Amino acid sequence: MGQITLQGVRKSFGPVDIIKGADLDIEDGSFVVFVGPSGCGKTTLLRLIAGLEDVTGGEILIDGQNVVDVPPAKRGLSMVFQSYALYPHMSVRGNIAFGLKMAGLPRAEIDRKVDAAAATLNLTSYLDRKPRELSGGQRQRVAIGRAIVREPKAFLFDEPLSNLDAALRVQMRLEVTKLQKQLGTTAVYVTHDQVEAMTMADKIVVLNAGRVEQYGSPLELYERPANIFVAGFIGSPKMNFISGEAAGEQGAATLGVRPEHLRIGKEGDGWPGTVSVAEHLGSDTFLYVDAAKLGMLTARYIGELDLKAGDRVWLSPDPARLHRFDKDGLTIGR
Amino acid sequence: MARNVTTRRVVISTGAAWFFGFLIFLPILWMFLTSFKSELDAFSMPPKFLFFHWTTENYVTVQSRSDYVHHALNSIMIAGGSTLIAMLIAVPAAWSMAFSPTKRTKDVLLWMLSTKMMPPVGVLVPIYLIYRDFGMLDTRAGLILILCLGNLPIVIWMLFTYFKEIPKDILEAARMDGATIGRELVYVLTPMAIPGLASTLLLNFILAWNEAFWTLNLSTLDAAPLTVFIASYSSPEGLFWAKLSAASTLAIAPIIILGWFSQRQLVRGLTFGAVK
Repeated sequence: MGQITLQGVRKSFGPVDIIKGADLDIEDGSFVVFVGPSGCGKTTLLRLIAGLEDVTGGEILIDGQNVVDVPPAKRGLSMVFQSYALYPHMSVRGNIAFGLKMAGLPRAEIDRKVDAAAATLNLTSYLDRKPRELSGGQRQRVAIGRAIVREPKAFLFDEPLSNLDAALRVQMRLEVTKLQKQLGTTAVYVTHDQVEAMTMADKIVVLNAGRVEQYGSPLELYERPANIFVAGFIGSPKMNFISGEAAGEQGAATLGVRPEHLRIGKEGDGWPGTVSVAEHLGSDTFLYVDAAKLGMLTARYIGELDLKAGDRVWLSPDPARLHRFDKDGLTIGR
Repeated sequence: MARNVTTRRVVISTGAAWFFGFLIFLPILWMFLTSFKSELDAFSMPPKFLFFHWTTENYVTVQSRSDYVHHALNSIMIAGGSTLIAMLIAVPAAWSMAFSPTKRTKDVLLWMLSTKMMPPVGVLVPIYLIYRDFGMLDTRAGLILILCLGNLPIVIWMLFTYFKEIPKDILEAARMDGATIGRELVYVLTPMAIPGLASTLLLNFILAWNEAFWTLNLSTLDAAPLTVFIASYSSPEGLFWAKLSAASTLAIAPIIILGWFSQRQLVRGLTFGAVK
């Protein structure tokens, strides 16, 4: 079991409030991603769950038991660090076995479990090496091995893929997701990469300045962002925001439309503008359009579109996909 | 772009390295050679380099005039004792400053270092008077205490920079893995800190072994280490270069041997943090 519940969790460092009251319900077996810009408190929130930081206020329940006074070692969670944090003086085997050794398991059982974990992660032939003899991806696997071997209530991941190169990151992303599904263990994953968040998560927690902005499934966040921050943070390229007259006509302070929901026409319908940059990726075409009073708008076209800088275009938003925000940035119900 | 390493460049830089290395080593070599000269050869002008009458009489005289073993034992006890006590104090001090710093940690470190900025002679009279009144003059305990206090700032600084280099993540990983503080110390921290501890220990031992100011001023015979043994040949009956050299050679021999076998640790200790 691994159900984690946060109730009014607060954390301050001196006079600075890092987490300003977080309420979350993380279901057993789900994959929850904390995402947000740097300094939003996502890592702090993870460390609070781990017990590496003490809460200033509120409760953290693991399977219904309040653990705020329980040391990290006794919470039954395991963590994968951004820096991997392998023990440099121990072999891969020693690293993976360390937690089991601390738990006082018999030697034979430790060996059996370590071998099983190593087999799952393709580490069997590296068991006798030291961490410094491994590549980044292999070190990452060892860190994951160390986490899974203890069969914890939940895995905590602190930006585990950010030190890997792009190709490896995509591969490890798949592997981590697959492994989590296979084990069925609750996972809490911190990242600043919204693509990682969208692809891995069952549910995403968007954090900003110490507050939970929205908690929901990836598509909920994409389709029904609660406010302007979530709307801008989820989705790539970023949602276009339009204020002023065009927004007023729709009864909103700000209007949001995603680049993929702008229809691009070569003549007379919608908002006129001039292409300032056109990016041709083959699969997609991205246009950065100077739309006079509306400002710069980004438009995405699936496939190739024969337009270049300086061309006149007309952009018309899909009315069903328009997002309207009030003056406080909150979504106005449709 | 990689620099072009030509043979000429290699020859020049190797030659320069050897030249400067030799320059630094020269006084020790000269001392060693002088210890085998007669007193007359020792201060002849122009100096004689290798072609003189080699003799071991200086060593014999030095041995018969003073008790080398007595002084050497004192040196070992004073250097060893002060190092051990300094480490016992410095390890927890550096530890707490490295792993749970407060906003005053920097000030404390600077304050400790500032005590090394004052010339020791500035406090010689008060220290001497205190030692006299407490009956600690010419006692090993007295010398151990003063050398320990004198080296403590350096030891704490070295250990602090070492401990600072141990990533906090690794300690936290151990905590997540279920290690208690005691086990974290035994299985994770100590093995990672051993190189740092070893080189600090060595350097501190060498510093204490070579310390001359306090040992010369606070001891005469009973507790006198090898520094006093050397100094006794520069006075009062006049200067005896050859015997002084023989005494010096005897005094530094143990530490040179120790240094030779631990040079890797020493270099690592002195450049730690600067070179990765």
